[in-house]
Amino acid sequence: MSFLDVKDLKIHFPTDDGLVKSVDGLSFGVERGKTLGIVGESGSGKSVTSLGVLGLHKGGRARISGEIWLDGEELNGASAEHVRGLRGKKMAMIFQDPLSSMHPYYTVGHQIIEAYRIHHDVSKQVARKHAIDMLGRVGIPEPAGRVDSYPHEFSGGMRQRAMIAMALSCDPELLIADEPTTALDVTVQAQILDLMRDLQREFNSALIIITHDLGVVAELSDDILVMYGGRCVEYGSAEDIFYRPEHPYTWGLLGSMPRLDREPTERLMPIKGSPPSLINVPSGCAFHPRCPYTDRTDGRSQTEEPKLAETEGGHLVRCHMGRSERQQLWENEIKPMLESQ
Amino acid sequence: MVTYIIRRLIGAIAMLIVISMVTFGIFYVVPQWAGATPEALASRYVGRAATPETVHLVAERLGFYDPVVVQYGRFLKGIFVGAEYDYGAGVEQCPAPCFGYSFISGQPVWPDLVDRMPVTFSLALGAALIWVVAGVSVGVISALRRGSLFDRISMGTALAGVSLPIFFTGMISLVVFSYGLGWTPPGGAWTDFTVNPAQWAYNLLLPWITLAFLFAAGYARLTRAGMLETMGEDYIRTARAKGLRENRVVVKHGLRAALTPILTLFGIDFGLLIGGAVLTETTYTLPGLGQYSILAIRNQDLPQVMGVTLVAAGFVVVASLIVDLLYAVVDPRVRLS
Repeated sequence: MSFLDVKDLKIHFPTDDGLVKSVDGLSFGVERGKTLGIVGESGSGKSVTSLGVLGLHKGGRARISGEIWLDGEELNGASAEHVRGLRGKKMAMIFQDPLSSMHPYYTVGHQIIEAYRIHHDVSKQVARKHAIDMLGRVGIPEPAGRVDSYPHEFSGGMRQRAMIAMALSCDPELLIADEPTTALDVTVQAQILDLMRDLQREFNSALIIITHDLGVVAELSDDILVMYGGRCVEYGSAEDIFYRPEHPYTWGLLGSMPRLDREPTERLMPIKGSPPSLINVPSGCAFHPRCPYTDRTDGRSQTEEPKLAETEGGHLVRCHMGRSERQQLWENEIKPMLESQ
Repeated sequence: MVTYIIRRLIGAIAMLIVISMVTFGIFYVVPQWAGATPEALASRYVGRAATPETVHLVAERLGFYDPVVVQYGRFLKGIFVGAEYDYGAGVEQCPAPCFGYSFISGQPVWPDLVDRMPVTFSLALGAALIWVVAGVSVGVISALRRGSLFDRISMGTALAGVSLPIFFTGMISLVVFSYGLGWTPPGGAWTDFTVNPAQWAYNLLLPWITLAFLFAAGYARLTRAGMLETMGEDYIRTARAKGLRENRVVVKHGLRAALTPILTLFGIDFGLLIGGAVLTETTYTLPGLGQYSILAIRNQDLPQVMGVTLVAAGFVVVASLIVDLLYAVVDPRVRLS
């Protein structure tokens, strides 16, 4: 069993319009010192998954089933109070937009001190020293001077560094980063990703990066999980996903990645259509209305849901097409097209 | 921060000057546009049987023939350094701040106002304490339990509270609690705090609650709306992700952010009230500024009306100045802009 092991996680929200199946039977694991990238479009259930792991849906309207094992301890059945005690200490989270994710009325230092003192019985002075120390470690210059600044007085990149400092203040063993670089300038994105990689090595934590940007996970991930409509459609090592992808949706994501070495006149290959409604998930394979290869499955993709099946070496794919057919398509059509660009 | 304070102070002073001009204009200039002669203005200061010569003389002594600017200057001078009134028989000293003399009693206006301020201030202060505590806590609980029975009942009550006027709730409460049950004294009871604090509170209890009910309703609704908004903010999620206990999340992170608009409303409400809680004071016959202004208007006692108007406006300006300064303490983002 992995350090974090999620089994058949389902997170459903009853609404007036029907049951929203934000996450529907997701399983994954991540070891300490390793990084898992969860990739998918907006509304594919990535963020809901991460909040679910942290137990932040508890007490709400969500219906959660499945198992979440963290370091040999099952969290889904545990009491809300027990999970609260682990939150911030054993598992922490970095959020997307650091401006709206930090409280505008409290100084950055105050918020880090607060995070530290929830789980450590120390005086304010000790916690403050720790906060300054943390700010220095995430690369904020003159941390002793910046500790009393408010979030709006920081630049976007500095704010995200402060957010990371806050998340790491209690030395968490599991760190979830939800779109950590989306709200940042491109130049700052690379810095933040480098920082996260360095800190992960230093703290030896398990890291989950949630993003819609394959470029981000390419930098950091050991494993990659591709989500579509609340489900896993492809799961494998980073090499599997980048060099031997077998699901048409993954191909689409790869084709949508802007690349610098591409001719400016050439167009991206976007995936047609928009992500599915999570209330009326398409019948059969959820991706079939947007899939260019539905005609190759004898109509099964409209009626029958494909199983998530292992191909080899832990590489999982949810597709009706035969393996050899997928490999042929990749080698003969998709890969040359991506490379020619 | 210092420039912010200075800017607000200048703004407040400018506002007071404009208010004094408008008040002066309403009571002295506008009647003349409408055709009132200086003699007509002066006739208010003399007895009914006065001859035209006397009226003319009084108008001259009071300066009603002077240009408007000169009259306004004299009016301001009266407020800041005091005034002298020459009634022919002798010179009367009116020390600053001088708002003139009542037509009816002949007494200077300012000491009367000062006498009545503690009543209105006591009424407003006690009521404010009740309505802020009650309104905000009901609002918070309603927001956290949206759609629950508590939420529906309290919001229904709040709607009633906003809609029912004081002279209705006040009368009902008097009938029930004073005349019916005899728990509280009937209207008109006033004891100064310095004389007997317990009696002071006992006499004011019913007016406090009635007045607070009206305001608490609005505060409960505002707090509920504010809490519903802030509890959906990203930083609330962050606070929970840190492992903070839910009650700390609600109070320290949610309520703190939701309080800012409530503070603004409170400044204006409180400023307005200490200038005279007209309906409450009338219903419970409390000798405060509100009752004073009603009597002044009914008697067409011009100096009294002007005095109470200016003082009430001054309270609102000062209250909103204080709120602006507090704002900078509460919301650090204000200090920069």
